[in-house]
Amino acid sequence: MFEGLTERFGSIFRQIRGRGRITEANVAEAMRDVRTALLEADVHVQVVKQFCDEVLAKALGAKVIETLHPEQVLIKIVHDELVRLMGPVDARIPYVTPGPTVVMLAGLQGSGKTTTCGKLARYMINRGKRPLLVAADLKRPAAIDQLEVIASQVGAPCYTERGHDSPVKVCRNGVAQARRTDRDVVVLDTAGRLAIDEELMAEVAQIAQVTAPHQIYLVIDAMTGQDAVNTARRFNERLELDGLILTKFDSDTRGGAALSAKTITGKPIKFIGIGEKLDALEEFHPDRIAGRILGMGDVVTLVEKAQKQYDAKEAARLEQKMVKGLDLEDFLAQMRKMKAMGSMKDLIKMIPGMSAELANADVDEDELARYEAIIHSMTPRERRRPEIIEASRRRRIARGSGTDVKDVSQLLKSFAQVRDMMKVMGRMSLADRMRSVGQIAKMAASGVMPRFKASSTVKKRRETKADKRKRRKKHRR
Amino acid sequence: MGLFDRLIKGLTKTREKISRTFRSILPFGRRIDDAIIDQLEETMLADDMGPSATARLIGEVRAAYKSGEITETQEIIPFLKRRIVAYWPEPDRQLRLAEAGPTVILVVGINGSGKTTSVAKLCHHLATQGRTVILGACDTFRAAAVAQLTEWSARLGVQIVKHNQGADPGAVAYDACEAAVARNADVLIIDTAGRLHTQDHLMRELNKIQRVVEKKIPGAPHEVLLVLDSTIGQNAINQARMFSQHVKVTGLFLAKLDGSAKGGIVIGIRDQIDIPVKFVGLGETPADIEPFDPESFVEALFSESE
Repeated sequence: MFEGLTERFGSIFRQIRGRGRITEANVAEAMRDVRTALLEADVHVQVVKQFCDEVLAKALGAKVIETLHPEQVLIKIVHDELVRLMGPVDARIPYVTPGPTVVMLAGLQGSGKTTTCGKLARYMINRGKRPLLVAADLKRPAAIDQLEVIASQVGAPCYTERGHDSPVKVCRNGVAQARRTDRDVVVLDTAGRLAIDEELMAEVAQIAQVTAPHQIYLVIDAMTGQDAVNTARRFNERLELDGLILTKFDSDTRGGAALSAKTITGKPIKFIGIGEKLDALEEFHPDRIAGRILGMGDVVTLVEKAQKQYDAKEAARLEQKMVKGLDLEDFLAQMRKMKAMGSMKDLIKMIPGMSAELANADVDEDELARYEAIIHSMTPRERRRPEIIEASRRRRIARGSGTDVKDVSQLLKSFAQVRDMMKVMGRMSLADRMRSVGQIAKMAASGVMPRFKASSTVKKRRETKADKRKRRKKHRR
Repeated sequence: MGLFDRLIKGLTKTREKISRTFRSILPFGRRIDDAIIDQLEETMLADDMGPSATARLIGEVRAAYKSGEITETQEIIPFLKRRIVAYWPEPDRQLRLAEAGPTVILVVGINGSGKTTSVAKLCHHLATQGRTVILGACDTFRAAAVAQLTEWSARLGVQIVKHNQGADPGAVAYDACEAAVARNADVLIIDTAGRLHTQDHLMRELNKIQRVVEKKIPGAPHEVLLVLDSTIGQNAINQARMFSQHVKVTGLFLAKLDGSAKGGIVIGIRDQIDIPVKFVGLGETPADIEPFDPESFVEALFSESE
């Protein structure tokens, strides 16, 4: 696992500083880490080489070594350069009037063309367009069926011709059909083909010639390795590409293929696919992917992923609760959400600076399950007011959940700490909050739970009768 | 014409390659120096071997040079070939078959890796050896996946066990196992839905399929093959790792090796996780399958283009 680049840089420069002098050679050494990061992210080796040379020149020109924090300046140069190379952002689809606007998708087998067709149709429908999908993949068994199913899911008509063997004709007829039925966009789903298959490449070029698409997009799997360059180049040679669509960005791929393909074709990355659902198509944001390629995490995606699990109303409610103090029912709800968001490790990996420390720190999902069982064995009242849980209740809960009394105590203790921290955080700005989440996660990983002092303005909860009883009981013993 | 000859021919079709293949740039009889090592490294990286496996192999070349095992440039490639071929000993590459009763092969992978086509290829491969094969259509998620496999079963003339789209894949696996036993089939090949290794719930679903199979047929699944697209990059290492955490992956099926990518990632995988390559897929017809042969694979990896 690659360590956070910033940290690696930091340690390189710190070491040198101890010895007194930072030289150009030291900056070059730090650039070797950039190189490894890019290669691990599948950026093509030639692109990496060129990139590193340019950044090195820039870094020396910017006199990185004279700055107070050379590691931060350098990382910024690297990041900005990546963003610049992958940009500019241009997600517009230029529609023509009178229609129909013909959009053609091409790519390798398995790159995700058919699914992307559906996503693109959904995207267009949401913007008031009336697309027609044309099934021109006559090679793969059942590809026509798949597009038909997808078309009905997004609510667009689908033009098919079964038993036909000429995709060129199907495409031509499809466009004519769109004209007849007054559809304003046509999306052509062509068969997947290998870039080195002359015959099929000639066929796709012929489809483009006959239907004269207004837009041609190349669909590329974001997990593609070094070969992304070959694919992009070969398709770019045969077709007048207008843009790229990178798919499968919902995986943990670092996605260097985006940079390779953009560099080789010079065509904008229009969209990225981020899931199996048909609305999982997003406009491309170079800054997010830049962080990801560098192994610095993709904090925006993390936040968005989390946001999906919360609606605004609930977030506001939670915010209030945080100040007032959470109860175990909230705690349980949070844990369920965490599970719904996916494996915690993957989430944590997206937090910048976390990757290094936490990659190996096991977040125990079994432990989450155990916590859940314990909370389930509590009465609603106990969940709302955990302080009433004394020894006898603890024994009962432990029996009910099949755990040990010490597990129950442990949970209550951790919960109390979390609640205190949440109280403090509830009153922070968003930026501060992000920072302390990082801190908490870091400490959690090292096994030390921090004790945050709740500030004095937080009102203490009034002591209940049960508390009083408990306190006295304790005292007597 | 042998399959790998076809592959090598396919590769030479790519007229201009991004990097010059280094056999041509390694001058005969020259001493090994940093410039040569750099070129070697670049070629290995361009084949998707990945930074860490590449660094290790380069380290071995340097060490061998130091110790005098190799002295001149033309010895480098044979040396590397020997090292890489040794990664995949013969017994590792054999398909494990059940001693009695049906052999169950579970085929897994991410979306678009080529699972269903690979299932058809495996089916053809085993059927031509005279074995009776049954297919289990456990991809009940993707639109028309069942239809695609049904189409293959008709073309190949084998039986298929399927449910409707959206059915529980565990239930399909259960029925497929019963059918395989009842009809006395030699091999049951189970196709599963493509899933990203990061989707925890889908990975657990895969584990459930494995458990169902284990319960119905003792010793099964005898093989769990992870299908990888040859164009895949370093993320394949994560895939191999994550899939192995949920099912006992016994081998890799390297699909679509007839493209311009050479599948060097299997070296990166072998370097970090102990999973052998068992088969390669090289085209679109069911006959385009070969047991993995490291010698020709490495030969193609270091072969020269026109």
